[in-house]
Amino acid sequence: MTELANLTIAEACDRLAKGEFTAVELTRAHVARMESLRGLNAFITETPDRALDEAKASDARRAKGEAGSLEGIPLGIKDLFCTEGVPTTAASHILDGFRPPYESTVTANLKKAGAIGLGKLNLDEFAMGSANITSYYGPVENPWKRRSDPATKLVPGGSSGGSAAAVAARMVMGATGTDTGGSIRQPASFCGIVGIKPTYGRCSRWGIIAFASSLDQAGPMARTVKDCALMLGAMAGHDPKDSTSAPMPVQDFAKALSGDIRGLKVGIPKEYRPAGLAEEVAAIWDKGVEWLKAAGAQPVEISLPYTKYALPTYYIVAPAECSSNLARYDGVRFGLRVEGKTLDEMYKKTRAAGFGTEVRRRILIGTYVLSAGYYDAYYAKAQKVRRLIADDFNRAFETVDVILTPTAPTPAFAIGEKSDDPVTMWLNDVFTIPTSLAGLPGLSLPAGLSSDGLPLGLQLIGRPFDEETVFRVAGVMEDAAGFTARPEGI
Amino acid sequence: MSLDKSAVRSIAELARIEVPEEELDHLAGELSNILTFVEQLAEVNTDGVPPMTSVAAMALPMREDRVTDGGYPDGILANAPGAVVLRDSPQAPAQGGFFTVPKVVE
Repeated sequence: MTELANLTIAEACDRLAKGEFTAVELTRAHVARMESLRGLNAFITETPDRALDEAKASDARRAKGEAGSLEGIPLGIKDLFCTEGVPTTAASHILDGFRPPYESTVTANLKKAGAIGLGKLNLDEFAMGSANITSYYGPVENPWKRRSDPATKLVPGGSSGGSAAAVAARMVMGATGTDTGGSIRQPASFCGIVGIKPTYGRCSRWGIIAFASSLDQAGPMARTVKDCALMLGAMAGHDPKDSTSAPMPVQDFAKALSGDIRGLKVGIPKEYRPAGLAEEVAAIWDKGVEWLKAAGAQPVEISLPYTKYALPTYYIVAPAECSSNLARYDGVRFGLRVEGKTLDEMYKKTRAAGFGTEVRRRILIGTYVLSAGYYDAYYAKAQKVRRLIADDFNRAFETVDVILTPTAPTPAFAIGEKSDDPVTMWLNDVFTIPTSLAGLPGLSLPAGLSSDGLPLGLQLIGRPFDEETVFRVAGVMEDAAGFTARPEGI
Repeated sequence: MSLDKSAVRSIAELARIEVPEEELDHLAGELSNILTFVEQLAEVNTDGVPPMTSVAAMALPMREDRVTDGGYPDGILANAPGAVVLRDSPQAPAQGGFFTVPKVVE
């Protein structure tokens, strides 16, 4: 049964089609993994019975010749996607008992493609965090360990930490993630898997619990580039229910994996090599450049001069939008209510009890930067700098086809490390945030291991709606990297 | 910008989050650090740069303004703490209902 859990989505689709095993057998194998690896705390809600019912229905559809593109594939869903009738928490106490009466567009699309939902995956509270340590339901453990110190528990990255850990630990074949400033790519890097944040507008945000609406974007996380391409194809598409959803055709992303990148120009931004960048990260980046050269692509040094302002810009824009989005949690319409003598007192007590410290901090910052007298100095200023950051990329893409950078400045760190100062924690996302501010597609793939045995990821950034080039280059890099390492004991 | 206790108290009031008095000092320090960090944007010349409100290179779509959804008050109220759903009898479909809040008018 473990053998089934080691397959890629592409292999499993193929073998399900040949009748070598059923969706029920494949689902059972993953349910067993989910149960035996509960110690990682990757799931908030497990739905094994529902999954087996869906698997039976999937086998029946296949028998009738109605198989979808992900027919019978067991997936995990980040617990930020509303799933009809299944508790949806955003890893927050304030959504206690919330069962959405509707299904998010992305998960509905996956269902339509035949995918099976194994349950809801842990995350940082409201997707605010880079280590999956802010969840009300406790931290997620990375299945990878330091060779020198296997007893220390490491973070899986965040905010899609449960998704990344579950995929790496073979509990699910793939998972949905969401990315606001790096929440798909950084955990993918920390857990040695592939994840792509597509172009803003590619996937509908309808039914995804909002954090920062101008940045939030859903994307797939899986163990291969092709699996991500297959999943994104099913997740993406225009949705009139999200006014920022792009009315663009969805290409066959898996077809883009031609293996041919001859003549392609790959930008290497000099600003992504700050003083103090871990030597191993710099070395794996250099190796990535060599792989691309060997495959016939041409590296070009580029400059993205406003890079250093991306983090402060993000930490105005994202908290501002979060303070506005999270105003809806008031104890009236859903979730937790703490009674008070007056309406205001009820709001204040409910929100004090319901939000964790990181979420509270961001709401307060957001409230401040949007408040009368400070709006122009902070929020309007950040929106202007955001345009300069986006323009950096526009200029770069006049001469290059894709950009290669490290995904994160370090490999996974220990649970409890870096948590004293919020700004230090935020530095995790220094390479992923600029892409988010510009709304561009960014993919992280595992490129190698650190000397201590931890995965290191590289990021590919593409033009808007050119996920195909990103996938094509990622496919070539994946072949060159030959990353076959697995967490010890997995 | 350095925030003091009273500034944090009023931000928390605006955000409708009760913050215990003994946490205000610590929070003031933390928020001030964050503001100092983001204030490095002041050194960027943004004269004549239009603010970027969306990365989606498209105009917001328009649609006909008509009711296309609704008619399930029990679904709307299903998650509301202390909600009241009105029905003619326990088996009958919901007729309407209420969210409930503490008394606001004396």
